[in-house]
Amino acid sequence: MLIPKLALRNILSAGLRTWLSVLALSFSFVAIIFLQGVYDGLNDQVERATVEAQYGGGQYWQKAYDPYDPLSLEDAHAPIPPQLQELTAGGGAAPILIRTATIYPQGRFRSILLKGIDPDQKVLSVPSTALRSLENVIPGLIGSRMAKSAGLKKGDVVTVQWRDVHGTFDARDVTIAEVFRTNVQDVDNDQIWIPLERLQAFTRMENQATIVVLKKDVLPVTDPPGWEFKDSGFLLRDLRSLVKMKSVQGSVMYLLLLFLAMLAIFDTQVLSIWRRRKEMGTLMALGMTRTQVIELFTMEGALHGVLAALVAAIYGIPLLAYAAGRGFDLPIATDNFGFAIGEKLFPAYSPALVAGTTLLVCIVTTIVSYLPTRKIADLKPADALRGRLS
Amino acid sequence: MENSVLIRTHDLDKIYSLGLTDLKALDRITLSVARGEFVGFVGPSGSGKTTLLNIIGSLDVPTSGSAEVLGRRIESLSHKESAGLRNRHIGFIFQTFNLLPVYTVYENVEFPLLLQGMESSRRKQLVGDALEWVGLADRADSRPAQLSGGQSQRVAIARAIVKQPEIVLADEPTANLDAANSHHIMKTMAQLNEDLKTTFIFATHDEKVIGYLKRKITLVDGKIAKDETVEKTTAG
Ligand SMILES: Nc1ncnc2c1ncn2[C@@H]1O[C@H](COP(=O)(O)OP(=O)(O)O)[C@@H](O)[C@H]1O
Ligand SMILES: [Mg+2]
Repeated sequence: MLIPKLALRNILSAGLRTWLSVLALSFSFVAIIFLQGVYDGLNDQVERATVEAQYGGGQYWQKAYDPYDPLSLEDAHAPIPPQLQELTAGGGAAPILIRTATIYPQGRFRSILLKGIDPDQKVLSVPSTALRSLENVIPGLIGSRMAKSAGLKKGDVVTVQWRDVHGTFDARDVTIAEVFRTNVQDVDNDQIWIPLERLQAFTRMENQATIVVLKKDVLPVTDPPGWEFKDSGFLLRDLRSLVKMKSVQGSVMYLLLLFLAMLAIFDTQVLSIWRRRKEMGTLMALGMTRTQVIELFTMEGALHGVLAALVAAIYGIPLLAYAAGRGFDLPIATDNFGFAIGEKLFPAYSPALVAGTTLLVCIVTTIVSYLPTRKIADLKPADALRGRLS
Repeated sequence: MENSVLIRTHDLDKIYSLGLTDLKALDRITLSVARGEFVGFVGPSGSGKTTLLNIIGSLDVPTSGSAEVLGRRIESLSHKESAGLRNRHIGFIFQTFNLLPVYTVYENVEFPLLLQGMESSRRKQLVGDALEWVGLADRADSRPAQLSGGQSQRVAIARAIVKQPEIVLADEPTANLDAANSHHIMKTMAQLNEDLKTTFIFATHDEKVIGYLKRKITLVDGKIAKDETVEKTTAG
């Protein structure tokens, strides 16, 4: 207890210098937790939105289907297997037929996906009920991004051309029944949703689908022949690595902050070991071993980390709690982020995040504090008392 | 000289290397100091007093020759052993007092006992006694910055004697004190020497200090020039 007590006394009596370092360190502390919390919150929100609008509880893919290869769509359709039909009938799944198509908005050629979905499905958050209404026309549902980029609005009619199962071209006019807002670009960009049965009829793919989306929390059945189940872990993989990449990019800033704080502590240490060599000589004359002197100085530096954690807690907890409770309005530009974000972002701070950051900061501070003290290891007490630092 | 010998050096040399040349700070020092002595190394600045005192205090090691303190060979002690020797058996008093500024008077005096791991009631008693001895019991809660030079040096004396060491080494203890305070602390130490039979060794060129010494070892250029026992005088 002697050394920690002396260390604490020493750094507290250093006054302003100590508090400046502690404050700098506490800033990086709060910044790390805040930013990491933002990314964790972002991750949660993005995943939730994506699961609700797109992935559900996992998807059965017709074996030719490859979302990264538009050409694969040509063959990616097959009759819905009986067990999946059964699930669908019970509301536990929603088949989707995906075909490539072409539209000519304002006379310009544009390649899109035509997605057939049951207007009454309750598996995905896509507002498919809008497709119920119109009887004499073919209703289409598009997201706001698609509406903007194609210059379409509710009530507009657009000519859509596709090939049927035999490769024969066919074209119809689709009336935009609704434009919906979504955070999930994959159910919005370059696509038009129409009623499943009509798409099946137009393409002569009666009772066929490309994927069957399982409702969230419904247990999957064993893979029917020709279909493969992709669980949400698989489907979210790309998204997670994208968020992770963004979070690493974001962390550059807080690492810089941490680096600056560490530089301040390192500097304080080097300076204080230089200035206090006589004191070290005295401590050794009083019977402290070199190891104890090294412990003392390391402890002094390391205590900056502990103090920073305490100071960070004082202003950080209310600040972070406020941010988590209220959320942020996101600037429009975040749409370019590459994934779905809600209107508001709510940071999420897990105990693991807070504990991990505390540990990280304390360990790094201790190491940085220890490094300059190695100079003490070959200090002769007589030299130290004479004010020499050999 | 009476009974047991506490310190014995034999052909002790200390050579500092100054790059191209060497500096012989101590040259074949052979001497012994017995329990209860009140002795001083005197001589001009640079004559090797501090160097000799530091070796006896195990703060430094000789280049050649031997130094035996309380039965231990200084040149062959490990860091830990020499730290233990200083902590338990040797008290130090410095020209610049060297108190720990963040500690109170009481805590400064208590520090060597804390290092020993002594239990608190015994500590309390010893610290109280030591402060009583130097007449600073009423300043126990002060900080070093609040003390005068004379008071600071008396705290340092209390810190040196609190563990009841066999030997106290004092290097120019009066150099930063006025005449009145110099005599005050010398009287205090002479009294401790009388009452507790603690051995005191000084390094000094201050006549006020020299006046109190019972034995005077004069160093010139690292050699013992004279070693004389003097009649006890009462200066001031
Ligand atoms: N660490 C050192 N390196 C080189 N020379 C030293 C060192 N310490 C002391 N000296 C030299 O040794 C000589 C004796 O010094 P010192 O013991 O301090 O003398 P005194 O205490 O009698 O003034 C001096 O010439 C001093 O400059
Ligand atoms: Mg000297």
